[in-house]
Amino acid sequence: MIKAILVFNNHGKARLCKFYQHYTEEQQQHIVRETFHLVSRRDDDVCSFLEGGTLIGGSDYKLIYRHYATLYFVFCVDSSESELGILDLIQVFVETLDRSFENVCELDLIFHVDKVHNILSEIVMGGMVLETNMNEIVTRFMEQDKLEKSEAGLSAAPAKAAAAIKNIDLPSLPKDLKLPDLSKLPSFR
Amino acid sequence: MALKNVKRSIDRIFDKNLQDLVRGIRNHKENEVNYISQCIDEIKVELKQENVAVKANAVNKLIYLQMLGYDISWAAFNIIEVMSSPKFTFKRIGYLAASQCFHSDTDVLMLTTNMIRKDLGSQNNFDAGIAINGLSCFMTTDLARDLANDILALMSSIRPYTRKRAVLISYKIFLCYPEALRPAFPRLKEKLEDPDSGVQSAAVNVICELARKNPKNYLSLAPIFFKLMTSSTNNWVLIKIIKLFGALTPLEPRLGKKLIEPLTNLIHNTSAMSLLYECINTVIQGMQSHGSSIQGSQNLMKLCVQKLRILIEDSDQNLKYLGLLAMSRILKTHPKAVQSHKDLILQCLDDKDESIRLRALDLLFGMVSKKNLMEIIKKLMIHVEKTEGTQYRDELLSKIIEICSQNNYQYITNFEWYITVLVELTRMDGASRHGSLISSQLLDVAIRVKTIREFAANQMAAMLENAHAISGQLRRNGMQEVLFAAAYICGEFAELIEKPDSLIHAMLRPRVMTLPANIQCVYLQNIMKVFAIALIQAEEEEDNERALNLTRVLLEKLSLFLQSSYIEVQERASSTLSILKYIEKLQVKESLVAEEFSILFKGELNPVAPKAQRKVPVPEGLDLDAWINDPPSSSEDEQPEEEFPKKIYDELYSPTREKRKEMSPEEIKKRKEERLQEQASNPHYLMNKAADGYQKLDAEVDPGLAGELNISVPLHVPGLPSSERYLRMEQDRQRRAQAEKTVKKRHKKRGKKKFVHVSEDEEEDIAPTHAVDIVQEEMPEGAAKTDSENETTKDDPYRALDMDLDSPLTPSETLPRPRHHEVRSKPDEEKVVKEKKQKKKHKKKEVKKHKKKSRKAPTESLLVEEPANEQVSEVTQNTPDTIEKKENKAEAKDDLSFWLSNSDAVSAPEAAKKVEGPEKVVQVNGIEEDEDDHEVAPAKEKKKHKKKKDKKETKKHKKKHHNVNDTVEMEASSNLQLSSYKLLGENKEIKLEFETRSSSREEKKIVVSCLFENLTENHIKNIEFNILDTLNTRLVRTGGENSHDAVPIPFSLPALSRNECQLQLTASSVTMPQRMRGTVTYMVQDQEHTKQEKLDFKLHLPCSAYLVTTPFSSVFLFSFSNHFTKLLTSGDVPDKASVKVDSKGIPLDHVLQKLCFFLKLSVVEQVGDSASLYSSSIQHHHICLLVKAAANGFISVDGKSNNASLLSNIMDQAKEIVQG
Repeated sequence: MIKAILVFNNHGKARLCKFYQHYTEEQQQHIVRETFHLVSRRDDDVCSFLEGGTLIGGSDYKLIYRHYATLYFVFCVDSSESELGILDLIQVFVETLDRSFENVCELDLIFHVDKVHNILSEIVMGGMVLETNMNEIVTRFMEQDKLEKSEAGLSAAPAKAAAAIKNIDLPSLPKDLKLPDLSKLPSFR
Repeated sequence: MALKNVKRSIDRIFDKNLQDLVRGIRNHKENEVNYISQCIDEIKVELKQENVAVKANAVNKLIYLQMLGYDISWAAFNIIEVMSSPKFTFKRIGYLAASQCFHSDTDVLMLTTNMIRKDLGSQNNFDAGIAINGLSCFMTTDLARDLANDILALMSSIRPYTRKRAVLISYKIFLCYPEALRPAFPRLKEKLEDPDSGVQSAAVNVICELARKNPKNYLSLAPIFFKLMTSSTNNWVLIKIIKLFGALTPLEPRLGKKLIEPLTNLIHNTSAMSLLYECINTVIQGMQSHGSSIQGSQNLMKLCVQKLRILIEDSDQNLKYLGLLAMSRILKTHPKAVQSHKDLILQCLDDKDESIRLRALDLLFGMVSKKNLMEIIKKLMIHVEKTEGTQYRDELLSKIIEICSQNNYQYITNFEWYITVLVELTRMDGASRHGSLISSQLLDVAIRVKTIREFAANQMAAMLENAHAISGQLRRNGMQEVLFAAAYICGEFAELIEKPDSLIHAMLRPRVMTLPANIQCVYLQNIMKVFAIALIQAEEEEDNERALNLTRVLLEKLSLFLQSSYIEVQERASSTLSILKYIEKLQVKESLVAEEFSILFKGELNPVAPKAQRKVPVPEGLDLDAWINDPPSSSEDEQPEEEFPKKIYDELYSPTREKRKEMSPEEIKKRKEERLQEQASNPHYLMNKAADGYQKLDAEVDPGLAGELNISVPLHVPGLPSSERYLRMEQDRQRRAQAEKTVKKRHKKRGKKKFVHVSEDEEEDIAPTHAVDIVQEEMPEGAAKTDSENETTKDDPYRALDMDLDSPLTPSETLPRPRHHEVRSKPDEEKVVKEKKQKKKHKKKEVKKHKKKSRKAPTESLLVEEPANEQVSEVTQNTPDTIEKKENKAEAKDDLSFWLSNSDAVSAPEAAKKVEGPEKVVQVNGIEEDEDDHEVAPAKEKKKHKKKKDKKETKKHKKKHHNVNDTVEMEASSNLQLSSYKLLGENKEIKLEFETRSSSREEKKIVVSCLFENLTENHIKNIEFNILDTLNTRLVRTGGENSHDAVPIPFSLPALSRNECQLQLTASSVTMPQRMRGTVTYMVQDQEHTKQEKLDFKLHLPCSAYLVTTPFSSVFLFSFSNHFTKLLTSGDVPDKASVKVDSKGIPLDHVLQKLCFFLKLSVVEQVGDSASLYSSSIQHHHICLLVKAAANGFISVDGKSNNASLLSNIMDQAKEIVQG
């Protein structure tokens, strides 16, 4: 089982928190902070496994993470999950984001948390892995997007226009997550 | 209408959306909190709007704020409003918000049951998807109970998208509502073989989670998983299955045997590291539970270790880490296999990655043996010197000590060496944290190993004598604690010290005054002990001069301690001095004092067992629970009794350890300030004087040593041996031993070759250089010798899921039907209802008015929603289940043991072929099987093989026979795509298929399992099933229903879905086939209205419907083939019939297969071109068939039975089947 999925940037700012077990908001923040401290002090060339923090975890739990450019993707899992499998799953998640956002970058995650959640819900459900096939995930996500658009129809036009105007002054931050060699996915290919 | 919408949304375009909120927060970095609280106020206003779009937008923003740590539970009700919106866009936002902030204690959740149910049954599969997804995050016991049935129905949805979600969430249902597990389990099991790989994966996932906690209940699924493992290509599924097997093998040794072959293949062939790693892990787990008893496991283990080495050598740190992790697991069972890779592991100590270094250390910990301990420790000590990070160095140090002291110093053969290592450690840099650890080790060894005491005492004496030279280093390293042990050991074993006088001088050096107070105290106390010994020696030599001198020196030097700033030291010094003065007085009178004086320190020190205090027997008549005084008021804290002895222990051994840990620098500073203030206001406190005096004293007495010696290179102090010496000694010894051994070998070889049993690997028994006489720990008298530690039984939620899944369901075990909470008419429920009504009436009313209305009639409107379910008859569905379960259980058990026993008879290479076959037994009743043709080939080969074997062996080997007949049976069901489902009736809306099931336990009942399939895009409900009873066969109706009443079907069919219902029929006679008429009525509900429809059908029940698959072995347990012959000749089966049919070139095997499948026969024996088959009816008629392949492609079937009519009907059927 996956206990939590956290995405935060190099400064520890949460970009996505998904807990599959109940914690109060305060505890959640604490966990994010603690996890950030554990993960951020590790070099990039060390292994991706950590034997849990104090708040989330216990002996059975592991933190498994990957670091992409400005973002950390951290999964907290128990012993029923395969370590390398989860690493691949993180990769699947990021690649799916990359496909859905077309060259995903931190900004996409910042401004579209809801979308990220929706994508994640196609991959993991209630702490259990639901789908690992990237095509299937992306197709389903797109289908839902389409459904949403068809629902919005005419009435959404003014809002869209307004959003376009508002978006003009978006700060230009580096727009690349720098996905490392994406061919390295032994488990799912 | 559309225009209105546009206008409304134009009104709202100036509301912030999520992106605006994020941008706003980013732009208000300095007063974020203010900005957010302002936004929350806005959101609150927005939530009060009627427009759902506005609400949804607000909720969407709340989701973001929740991530930032803001509690949004106050909006729970609004979230539910948004969830109940008919639009997918808003619904999704609602469910997302709910999944983020709802939890099992959220009280509004109970209002959501019906809404969620509606979404689950929605036409749109994404609605169901988001509902399930949300539900997975906030499942409660109530929701689980109320929705279990709906989820179960969705598990057979035609859409894989929904199906896999339903399967996955069933785990959450079981967790919250364990009662659902048993009723739902058959379906879950069925999903393991779902055509969609996603669904299959979900089912595997769920069962693995379940089995992880209670593996033994899932043992019977092993064959299915085994098949999956050999056929699946999805690595994710494979990993899960392999993990599951890891949990199962400890329970069933035979399973381990079966797994060797496929696992070896996987390990050899897979390119996925994750899979390889899990395979290795499972192998390790299997080995752990059964040792290496299993044949072939040694090779496998070798392979694993070999692969692990590759992992560890890989440049990928992750693989390296996992490799080491797995190695440490192997270590427990196969230490030798790991020890050969010592070089690699030692290499990992140099890795830049700390987690890897720590793993390697862990491994070393388990790798030590008597033989290699010295070598390993040597390498570790080199690492201690080399490493930079203090944390890792600390870790190394404590590991060294841990390694040496494990299991009561099990691996130490030479304690001199160990003492030397400890002494060397004290001189290492940065060992700061472990001073007290080393100190307690020294004490422990010296006290518990009698023979080492002399060496230890002299070493310690040397250390004390050289303390002035190394004390600077010691202090810097925080190693002064060691002096505590040194002084104590010297004092305690003073009689073993060579030169007590010089020791006394050394211990009286003024620098001692700079040591911490507790160490000074120990010094004082132990000086006296040494002094006592010195006195005795002096008096024995009648050297009064020496004695008196000593006393005077002591008197002189000890007076310094009177000025100590530590009260404890002062006090000890003063009492010591008065004793000394008295002694001096006596000595001047030339009377002997030594003996009397030494009495003060008499008594041997023995170690006390850690459990000793607990084991002190309670004296008779003492009631520890009784109050001695009246109980104090509850506010007073009691000192727990148990802490007491521990405290004493701590004080004795490490008085400063705790303090040091507790106080952070700030704390110390704070305390100091407090103290200074206190001192300032205390008139009795002598300002600074004490400290001044002490400093002066230091300077006066020993000016040369006032500055600290900062020697960075550890001094080689003469008299302190280096541990390397021992290593060399040991190596020499080993070399010599080796040489001797080879000589011996040669010698022996020359002699009798047969008796040479010397193996290289043999762990030689190293004779310890010291007789390791570890002193028995003291126990209180009368302590009971029970070593059992009380197990702490944890209370975990998974215990509730520990249930027998193979035993049949009882009628009471049903999933609760959705029922309405009539009492509750909470506002929220009304809202949901309200929407329904709005939709139906297509009227726009003002909300307030509406509210009033719905409040009046909540129950009425609820009924509209679920009309069918109330009248559901539970028994119809469940009793058949019971029968089926019973049957299955017996079958399952037989199957498993057969499946497992299979490999006993077959040697390893054949196992792979076998793999394909056995699991099919389970599927005898299987519905649709996707078998590839290639599977036929191995099965055939195997059979040929079997036949050959058979000829060779006598018929008495019943095990072999068992195999033969089951093998054939297996093939029978496996090679063809056989489905026993027949079409019952079909129109353009609904399609019915049926299958009959029977059980030998029910003499007059059979079950018709009817599959209803909705062919329309509409909802079909109120399905009722009716059959026109005949005299012989009747439909079982529950309750007092009339014999003409229809049986309601307990489910409704969403668009394009199908579901199965089981109906019971009674039959008084089973010898004739039956034809019956029946009708199914149902309501089709589309957008506008509902219409009633019906479908007429004819139900044809052939005689085979009354037959039960009865492997002959289960009728006659022993030597059944003899019994079969007996049965045939006994006259119990007088009726005969025979037919001859053109099989049209179909091979005999296929014919047998079909006959077995459709007529529920099983093969008793097959020899050459003929086979005997057997079955019995539910009323226990025998049916014996002999099928022969005659010339010209004809097949002859001869039958015998004790009922002519049944036999002739069966023969007719057989004829049809053979002809195709």
